[in-house]
Amino acid sequence: MDILGVPIQALMGQLLVGLINGSFYAILSLGLAIIFGLLNIINFAHGALYMMGAFLAWIGLTYLGINYWLALIAVPLVAGMFGMLIERTMLKRLYRLDHLYGLLLTFGLALIIEGLFRYRFGISGESYPVPELLSGGFNLGFMFLPKYRAWVVAASLVVCFGSWFIIERTKLGSYLRAGTENPQLLQAFGINVPLMITLTYGFGVALAAFAGVLAAPVFQVNPVMGSNLIIVVFAVVVIGGMGSIMGSIVTGLGLGLIEGLTRVFYPEASAVVIFIIMGVVLLLRPAGLFGRER
Amino acid sequence: MRGKQIGWIVLIALGLAAPFVVYPVLVMKILCFALFACAFNLLLGYTGLLSFGHAAFLGWAGYICGYVVKEMGWSPELGIVAGTASAAVLGFVFGSLAIRRAGIYFAMVTLALAQLMYFFALQFPFTGGEDGLQGVPRGHLLGFIDLANTTNMYYFVLAIFLGGFWLIDRAIHSPFGQVLKAIRENEPRAISLGYDVDRYKLLAFVLSAALSGLAGATKTLVYQLASLTDVHWHMSGEIVLMTLLGGMGTVFGPVVGAGVVVGLQNYGAELGQWVTVLTGLIFVICVLSFRRGIVGELAALIKRSGIRM
Repeated sequence: MDILGVPIQALMGQLLVGLINGSFYAILSLGLAIIFGLLNIINFAHGALYMMGAFLAWIGLTYLGINYWLALIAVPLVAGMFGMLIERTMLKRLYRLDHLYGLLLTFGLALIIEGLFRYRFGISGESYPVPELLSGGFNLGFMFLPKYRAWVVAASLVVCFGSWFIIERTKLGSYLRAGTENPQLLQAFGINVPLMITLTYGFGVALAAFAGVLAAPVFQVNPVMGSNLIIVVFAVVVIGGMGSIMGSIVTGLGLGLIEGLTRVFYPEASAVVIFIIMGVVLLLRPAGLFGRER
Repeated sequence: MRGKQIGWIVLIALGLAAPFVVYPVLVMKILCFALFACAFNLLLGYTGLLSFGHAAFLGWAGYICGYVVKEMGWSPELGIVAGTASAAVLGFVFGSLAIRRAGIYFAMVTLALAQLMYFFALQFPFTGGEDGLQGVPRGHLLGFIDLANTTNMYYFVLAIFLGGFWLIDRAIHSPFGQVLKAIRENEPRAISLGYDVDRYKLLAFVLSAALSGLAGATKTLVYQLASLTDVHWHMSGEIVLMTLLGGMGTVFGPVVGAGVVVGLQNYGAELGQWVTVLTGLIFVICVLSFRRGIVGELAALIKRSGIRM
């Protein structure tokens, strides 16, 4: 069975890979958007924190015997606390300054984190076994679907839509949105805005680490896995615009799929297609697909 | 203006004397990066635009220069012109896209576009992929000065650096430079005063890209090599660091920053992986408590102590 001269297995396989990449784009750009909304900082360390999440899971399994399911909860918590520490000790001091300083500081942090892991683990990478419950796969007749990959997509979707629900449909989320619009006014209503900012950064970092744990069995766990990804995620964020949570999710997944399709029909361009789309979007709709000019 | 004249004299004297004290190739490297950092500073320090993609101009000018000199037999001066011109064209394309977004988005757009150019450099056959362009001949300048001679090459590089530096200094202190500073300080006001802000930004971007290209093309001739290192995003980060550490928005700051960072990489080579960590630490320290940079802090110190320059 062929579609446009491409065997359907190959097409479906690449679409699945695209969907998985798209899930990571979605979780990471969602975290970036939430952090940017309240802190006005682009978290350059996001990729490094994602990498850290994957490594913490690997370290936990190898040295402490912490299994995958426990890591899926524990690693984001640990990373989130680490994030809150960073916010309290460093980022907090930059809010009155130009936004660019936040970018530069987190860039420095990314280099430190990446450098430390590279010093300790080299760049060859470690492999993380797929948890037993999710090994094997389903035969769908037209393709073979590994269970773990299906789980990655499902878990990402649940986390993304869960975050969307919290932000758009709950009381807590309404504070967050109010803080994005006007932090002074929210403070005047008696909400502890500095605490909220700390928790928000922690939540964003926890999301990145969660994505890292999810990614550990799919990709090689290596110190540069984050920096390569984060630049693509930046392009995703430029394309989608950071104004809307749902926009981040949809753009992330959509671009992952487009990348997967490109890998089938014109593999040479698969590494660059997202950057090219970014250029086109900048020409036609500079604020991004879901963005607002500000 | 006396302080600046002293700075110029010190710079030229240091430039002339340096190869007798330090390994000339290292000084040439510092000069190339100093020019690159000054070109970058024109954008970050004077226009307030943070580009995270300047490695593309440095690296691609290097590839073009290396290719025309090695494969097409062009003379070194024409190679440098070709490299600089290609960086200017690339700068025009990048700039036209990037200035559509401001602030943080600007940084992300330039980073993403530079990553695009990195993948092109990796995939196009003429760049040599992972190997890069090796064995680029230095050739004869104007047909009779043999650049394979290190001393000749050194003074050629020094001349290029001083020329580029002078041009940047002129641009900063011209009416054009004043408009750039006005955009940095208060863009809406600059618009309301009737300046076509986008055109000024684009012009500054192209100028900065072209001079970065000049540095990159020259660097290719010095090392006789154009490689992926120069187009990688690490390089874009390094140039931000040099400018930040030396003092952004100061004339001599980027030169000092380039000297410190290149020196650190050279003499700290045995630190291995720690160089990345150290680079990150310097970033964090600069942002948290050293935002004026070395030259900026010195200038503030001199001002406070009441010495008239």
